[in-house]
Amino acid sequence: MIVWNAVQQTLRQVRRNPMRSALTTLGILIGVAAVIAMIALGRGAAARVNQDLAGLGQNLLFVVPGTPGQGGPGAAASVRSLDVADAAAIAREVDGLAGVAPLVSRGGVAVYGGASWRTSITGSSGDYLTVLKWKLARGRAFSEAELRVGAPVCVLGHTVHRELFGAVDPVGATIRVGSVSFRVVGVFAAKGSSSFGQDQDDFIYVPLATHQRRITGSREVAMIFLSAADPDASGRIKTDVEAVMRTQRRLQPTDTPDFFVRDMKEAASMVGSITSVLTSLLAAIAAISLVVGGIGIMNIMLVAVSERTREIGIRLAIGARGRDVLAQFLIEAIALAALGGIAGITLGLGLSLVATSQLGLPLEIDAVLVLLPFGFSAAVGVIFGFFPARKAARMNPIDALRRE
Amino acid sequence: MAPLLALDGVTKIYGRGEAAVAALAGIDLEIAAGEFVALMGPSGSGKSTCLNILGCLDVPTAGEYRFRGVAVSRLDRDQLALLRRHYLGFVFQGFNLLPRTSALENVELPLVYRGVGGRERRRRARAALAAVGLEGRERHTPAQLSGGQQQRVAIARALVTDPAVVLADEPTGNVDSARAHELMALLVGLNRERGITIVMVTHEADMAAYAGRVLTFHDGTIVGDERQAPQGAAA
Repeated sequence: MIVWNAVQQTLRQVRRNPMRSALTTLGILIGVAAVIAMIALGRGAAARVNQDLAGLGQNLLFVVPGTPGQGGPGAAASVRSLDVADAAAIAREVDGLAGVAPLVSRGGVAVYGGASWRTSITGSSGDYLTVLKWKLARGRAFSEAELRVGAPVCVLGHTVHRELFGAVDPVGATIRVGSVSFRVVGVFAAKGSSSFGQDQDDFIYVPLATHQRRITGSREVAMIFLSAADPDASGRIKTDVEAVMRTQRRLQPTDTPDFFVRDMKEAASMVGSITSVLTSLLAAIAAISLVVGGIGIMNIMLVAVSERTREIGIRLAIGARGRDVLAQFLIEAIALAALGGIAGITLGLGLSLVATSQLGLPLEIDAVLVLLPFGFSAAVGVIFGFFPARKAARMNPIDALRRE
Repeated sequence: MAPLLALDGVTKIYGRGEAAVAALAGIDLEIAAGEFVALMGPSGSGKSTCLNILGCLDVPTAGEYRFRGVAVSRLDRDQLALLRRHYLGFVFQGFNLLPRTSALENVELPLVYRGVGGRERRRRARAALAAVGLEGRERHTPAQLSGGQQQRVAIARALVTDPAVVLADEPTGNVDSARAHELMALLVGLNRERGITIVMVTHEADMAAYAGRVLTFHDGTIVGDERQAPQGAAA
């Protein structure tokens, strides 16, 4: 009942000083809103990445050059690269593969008539479509003969089609990349942008042999994608591929491998750990603003205690114990923090809704996301309200009554 | 039977060393239940300090204060608060009502700390306000009431708990003389009809005239203790 009385008292103080209360709770409001928005965005991004990886399928594996502890996949500049022979060896010696797609990519400007477009030219095998799940919107894929001899043919990504041809059907037309002319035989169906905002449709697919002969002039490939016929066999396939690669690269059994074989489960957990680190970093920064908000509450409660010294004296004189006064001011601080928390939750959820829909991420909200920051803001009220409340509780009734 | 209030060699010293000032220099005093006592004397004579000690708002530096035979100096802060909560009522010169809070809520406040339920609290607060003649002013805040009316609210707040003692520190100091006499009549009524012991500090002789006993203070000692026929006793 004393609690209810103190809550009423708080609401009265808020009504009397609406501006002050609003500014006091602003810190908590921003903190809670930031925590919620950051966590919601982080979860949305992680969910989106997992969706994308699941879209690639549980049976995808890939081989990239690189040594553990030296920057990992991608930091391949100083590392022996892969080549076509590696892909051939894997295809020949590993059982249970549905497809092998070595991949090499270069930037280039594609020209058709008066239109030109900077894009990337990707060379790969015929398995490229099945391994990376590309579907054709128009035309056809490459024939065995075209792949074997390295014919000057290409399939356009959706973006390249749009930029060079607009609404015109490009099948049968000839485009030029540098000094090489390619005949367009097909167009891929659009996949849209990836989790990281890259346009997946901005590329031109050509036969690997054509790419190596006419564009790069070398047998190196950047990575090799593999598709397991049975997703449950991906562990066994990974081991087999590692063995083949060691032989190909003439590594001694004691040598550290200078390549990685990854499957999608690993990729997903890697991406998951990166996003969770990012999320907790952002949430930690947001939590700092909650602490700053708490200091704001402490500040205003100290002002309130000194403004209301006489009131404290009256309460002590008519029979309030120190702990009754302590409880009153503590409850006021908690109620202020909780008000800020509720406003912050509303704002945070609104921000999450807008941000995730703008970025095209799924919105994942649960009770924990809402209750955790709310509990946190109430805790901030307790922690930062305690010192001013104790100051009030320790006042001498006579001195408090004499203060004007 | 022990007297209601008893001071035995009570000394109160403010400050330390050279700067020490004795506000009370060894006071012996007994007040029986049902008395109406006025404390008089010039400023700084120790009468307010004496009242604060009797009201358990302050503790003596030396000597003993017994409230109903209980040695108050052995009580801690919380126990003093409980003693005030259950036995004492206060009326101050400056009214000391909570600002921007209705008369009814001001009068309810001591009952909140006694743990009385909301409905019962409002009933008793209304009755107390009616007893001081403020029926119909329950919703007024102190700013909407005159000085005399504010002091009536304060008196209602003091008597709503049915205290053993009401301690009044210059209750008429901030109101005009017509209102002052009305307030005194109210206090005399409480003393007579409810048997509430009243200890009142005043420096006005015509207010002290309402009391049945007048103690005169000078330099921290009691220099006069006279019993008198209170004014209005015949009326």
